[in-house]
Amino acid sequence: MKARLALRSVALGYLGFLIILPVATVFWLTFRDGLGPFWSSVAEPAALNAFRITVLAALVAVVANTAFGILCAIVLVRHDFPGKRLLSALVDLPLAVSPVVVGLALILVYGTYGWFGSHLAEYGIRIIFSLPGIILATVFVSLPFVVREVAPVLREIGTEQEQAAATLGASSWQTFWRITLPSIRPGVAYGVVLTTAKALGEFGAVAVVSGRIIGRTQTLTLHVEDRFQAFDMTGAYAASVVLALLALGTLFAMNLLRPKEEKT
Amino acid sequence: MGITVRNVSKRFGEFVALDEVSLEIPNGSLTALLGPSGSGKSTLLRVIAGLEEPDAGEVVISGEDKTRTPPQRRGVGFVFQHYAAFKHMTVWENVAFGLEIRKRPKEQIRKRVGELLELVQLAGFAHRYPAQLSGGQRQRMALARALAIEPEVLLLDEPFGALDATVRKELRSWLRRLHEEMPVTTVLVTHDQEEAMEVANEIVVMNHARVEQVGTPEEIYESPASEFVMSFVGPVTRMRDALIRPHDVEILLDGDDSTVPAAVDGVLHLGFEVRVHLRLSGGEDLWAQIPRRTARELDLKPGDRVHVRASRSRTFA
Repeated sequence: MKARLALRSVALGYLGFLIILPVATVFWLTFRDGLGPFWSSVAEPAALNAFRITVLAALVAVVANTAFGILCAIVLVRHDFPGKRLLSALVDLPLAVSPVVVGLALILVYGTYGWFGSHLAEYGIRIIFSLPGIILATVFVSLPFVVREVAPVLREIGTEQEQAAATLGASSWQTFWRITLPSIRPGVAYGVVLTTAKALGEFGAVAVVSGRIIGRTQTLTLHVEDRFQAFDMTGAYAASVVLALLALGTLFAMNLLRPKEEKT
Repeated sequence: MGITVRNVSKRFGEFVALDEVSLEIPNGSLTALLGPSGSGKSTLLRVIAGLEEPDAGEVVISGEDKTRTPPQRRGVGFVFQHYAAFKHMTVWENVAFGLEIRKRPKEQIRKRVGELLELVQLAGFAHRYPAQLSGGQRQRMALARALAIEPEVLLLDEPFGALDATVRKELRSWLRRLHEEMPVTTVLVTHDQEEAMEVANEIVVMNHARVEQVGTPEEIYESPASEFVMSFVGPVTRMRDALIRPHDVEILLDGDDSTVPAAVDGVLHLGFEVRVHLRLSGGEDLWAQIPRRTARELDLKPGDRVHVRASRSRTFA
């Protein structure tokens, strides 16, 4: 009994000091003086703009990486081709490389003097220090999650259900929508949660490519740091709470998408 | 019409799964593809279904060359060893799947699925998920799902392989009855000779990517075409150069011209039969399967000197 109690205390203590205490403090400091200061900080134009950019970048990252991630997982699990291991390693690259390096690499390619960006600049398209760059960086750093969550599920369900659907007359498209996708849904849902979390919270890569122009190219995380550096604690805490609520909202929404049979 | 397979070959890398296999499966028959694992029987079934493309040869179903036809348009029902149930769909949705893909009218689907669930005795389980069914129920559901599209041929890949012995026996006789009611050309893959004999009216014995023999269960058992077939479809023992079924070994107390002297090594009582282990004068071992009553009359004990005769034996080149 004593050993079990000790184990439990260690686990709870670990979570308590690392997660519960800091998050609770942020919430407490935000709402210490009531909702008034919170609202005025959140309604500030710079904060609203940061919110808008963060949500937009996260949305694009989730949609792109879900579609691409499922496709990539299918190719990695179901197909056999030379260079498959290389592709598999490439998928993990965004996790392995520091986000700051990712940001710098994007500047080298898409920056005004970058080898690709200089051509785009001729057409008046600007990627670095503007919204497309932020989106690009966000998509890049959150790329691996759906692939890595979906691939093992695909491997586990095998191909028999898909073959059965084929003998029953379903085209590969119909099989994908009616058999494969519903079967991998738990993996997709978890991958989306992780993608969203990463996209909302990304700091390093976005900090490098965005130029951090207040009210124009700041995401919520950049805004939090900006407020913190400016000794505007209420602003920093309020934006942090918004970030936390966005993450909680995603978790809750994904929970609703859980497959039917698990609920029975 | 049935199914015609002509000179079909299939390799997986270095492994030869089918080596110029030719086969006629008559319309309305219930045929078993019997063989050890790796003999090519499952590959042949998958080639017929269109789930594998043969490297050479052709597959004709009901008079039409279907070699290059994808499985979607072959009109085959396929049942997998591990059921391949659509886990996120109810029993009803599983069975209705093929009909919904074919965009049949709602009313017709409702009626047909109802009939099929009645046929496979799952009428009360329509709204359950596969995870809530036993193995035997899942396989009956898979069968109803395959039958729903009114296939020209029904293909079953080790359909009872994952079930326990009692359920397996039950489903075998159930499948036989079902086939009598609904005589759609059926091909069943099995490695179990007893299952093949019990269910099928025609058996195709396969070994090493080739067809060894085709015949009725009786023909296969009574006149095997090769040593492999003889030893695969029933017990065998060896007497000099000949293969012999243990129940064709006669044990006599007195010898004559046609008998060989032997010594009793051991006697095992196995219920309805008695197994006698013998050693011939040349030092070779063989065993005999004799009825209980004969054993009682002979009253054999280890060390007894007897004479044996093969009432039927076969020699293969």
